[in-house]
Amino acid sequence: MISLAVDDLSYFGRDPWWLVVVKAVFCFAFAMLTVLFSIVWERKVVAWMQLRIGPNRHGPWGMLQSLADGIKLMLKEDVVVKGADKFVYVLAPVVAAIPAFMSFAVVPFGPADNEISVFGHRTPMQLTDLPVGVLYILATASVGIYGIVLAGWSSGSTYPLLGGLRSTAQMISYEIAMGISFAAVFLYSHSMSTSQIVATQQHTWYVLLLPVSFLVYMVAMVGETNRAPFDLPEAEGELVGGFNTEYSSIKFAMFMLAEYVNMVTVSAVATTLFLGGWRAPWPISTFWAGANHGWWPLLWFTVKIQLLLFVFIWLRGTLPRMRYDQFMKLGWKVLIPVSMVWLMLVASVRALRNENYDFQRVLLYVGGGVLAVLLISLAADVFRDRAAKKAEGAGQAGQEGPGDRFDPMAGGFPVPPKPGQTLPPVPRRRSRAPEAAEHQLVGKDGDDA
Amino acid sequence: MNLAAAHPGFLSPTGVEVAFVLVGLATLGAALLTVTTRQLVHAALWLVVALGGLAVEYLLLTAEFIAWVQVLIYVGSVVVLLLFGLMLTKAPIGRSPDADSGNRWVALAVAVAAAGTLVWVVVDAFRTTWIDLGGPAQGSTEVTGAILFRHWVLPFEALSVLLLAALVGAIVLSKRTGRER
Repeated sequence: MISLAVDDLSYFGRDPWWLVVVKAVFCFAFAMLTVLFSIVWERKVVAWMQLRIGPNRHGPWGMLQSLADGIKLMLKEDVVVKGADKFVYVLAPVVAAIPAFMSFAVVPFGPADNEISVFGHRTPMQLTDLPVGVLYILATASVGIYGIVLAGWSSGSTYPLLGGLRSTAQMISYEIAMGISFAAVFLYSHSMSTSQIVATQQHTWYVLLLPVSFLVYMVAMVGETNRAPFDLPEAEGELVGGFNTEYSSIKFAMFMLAEYVNMVTVSAVATTLFLGGWRAPWPISTFWAGANHGWWPLLWFTVKIQLLLFVFIWLRGTLPRMRYDQFMKLGWKVLIPVSMVWLMLVASVRALRNENYDFQRVLLYVGGGVLAVLLISLAADVFRDRAAKKAEGAGQAGQEGPGDRFDPMAGGFPVPPKPGQTLPPVPRRRSRAPEAAEHQLVGKDGDDA
Repeated sequence: MNLAAAHPGFLSPTGVEVAFVLVGLATLGAALLTVTTRQLVHAALWLVVALGGLAVEYLLLTAEFIAWVQVLIYVGSVVVLLLFGLMLTKAPIGRSPDADSGNRWVALAVAVAAAGTLVWVVVDAFRTTWIDLGGPAQGSTEVTGAILFRHWVLPFEALSVLLLAALVGAIVLSKRTGRER
């Protein structure tokens, strides 16, 4: 139990250069094809959810719709805004798109022990692996933020700037919860290398061992990719188009591409870390020993990614967009504390198990601790409520504070009410009932009222 | 690990040194541009280049854990927050006429003195230290973790207290302005 798994990455870094090129092209093509498919799939699924037909003109079953979209976008006029910072304006879409593809370098598509043969050369089904593979994924994801931030700033326009601001805050705050949920996985896998993490999930997937981490990661990954219901940086109702308002043609297409590739990437990471990576799902692996060997793992991996992408689409079709303050509250006051406490729990269980306590005792100690904390917080809540009620009773006797009154033109601008303030009652039009009675005598006019 | 060590690397030892010097020069240039450019956001972007160059240097020294942490923390969070701050203050597009400070010569003197002190301290501290090439690679996660949490745990914790103090300070500052309104 204590023996730390020494990273065995000796299978990597031994490919000839042409095989490295082939694998890199494969990773790129895999991401691109998944994106092309998932755009059509998304439009189809959302259409079915809204009882529409969806795209059905281009190719069989509308499957070539994304290709047509891509060509259309490339042929459009490429506008560069006059007030923009030209260099950064052109750089931003590139910076958004490239890091999205980079994470795929360490994603394992199959077992790491030279199971497949490409042109007579035996090789692992993964471009490369690092002892700190997951850290590399996090780092590339964080570089991708620049694309959106810089696009928002360099457009020289208000709405993109607001969109850029939102996405910065959003991605930074959700990255923390994401990192903490990864840390629980590292505690079990003893490694940050992606191939090792999949290898340690041979018996149990981490989604079963660490359900809370998985949930936190699922929420954080939707937040990271700016997808509904967390698509605040591009909220049409509030920000026109968000950070990409001033972009057109291929530059706009790059942002769309980056968003969808990011979706595929985070799904691949979720699959690798929590859903057993390339491993066949449970009932299949029991009766078919060959399911985890040869080229088959690629199939399971693709199926798992597609299922996660479906979850993305499902969320988009089901949930309304959150308000910005709700979103931040969820990130900082729910996700981060929950994942911190969960990480402490996992760490204490691991530590006790390493000291060779038996499972019941571990359960007793950790469960007892959790119960005690819950009871204390419950008691604290009860007392706080009492104190709040007393204060409220005392406050009602006095006059209403000046801060509670709503000033619609505070600071010279029309502003919405702050939390706790209420809008003044809207003056209503007088009832037309008496007039209608008069009109009825005259003729038909009364019916219009 | 032994298999990987026996395998020829991507660059020869001399190649690594040449690359190290070149990346170092690029990093220095980017750092100079950071403080001399008149455009605020471009300064932040040059800072990204400088910090990214440092990450490449770490990679060349086989310290991959530190390298990716550098990218994650400095490039991915610190400068992004810096940009966030700039955007909140409506960072102008184009040159800012007031980007020059009257204190720049004092700042230069302080920077040179700080750099000199750091170089002197590091050279003096590690003059007689030899790296054991036989064991696990010195930059690996395992070795870094062991050194950080065994030998240097007190400075590490002191630094985290410093960060906590900064956090509390930020909250106190923002609270006070709220009351004045």
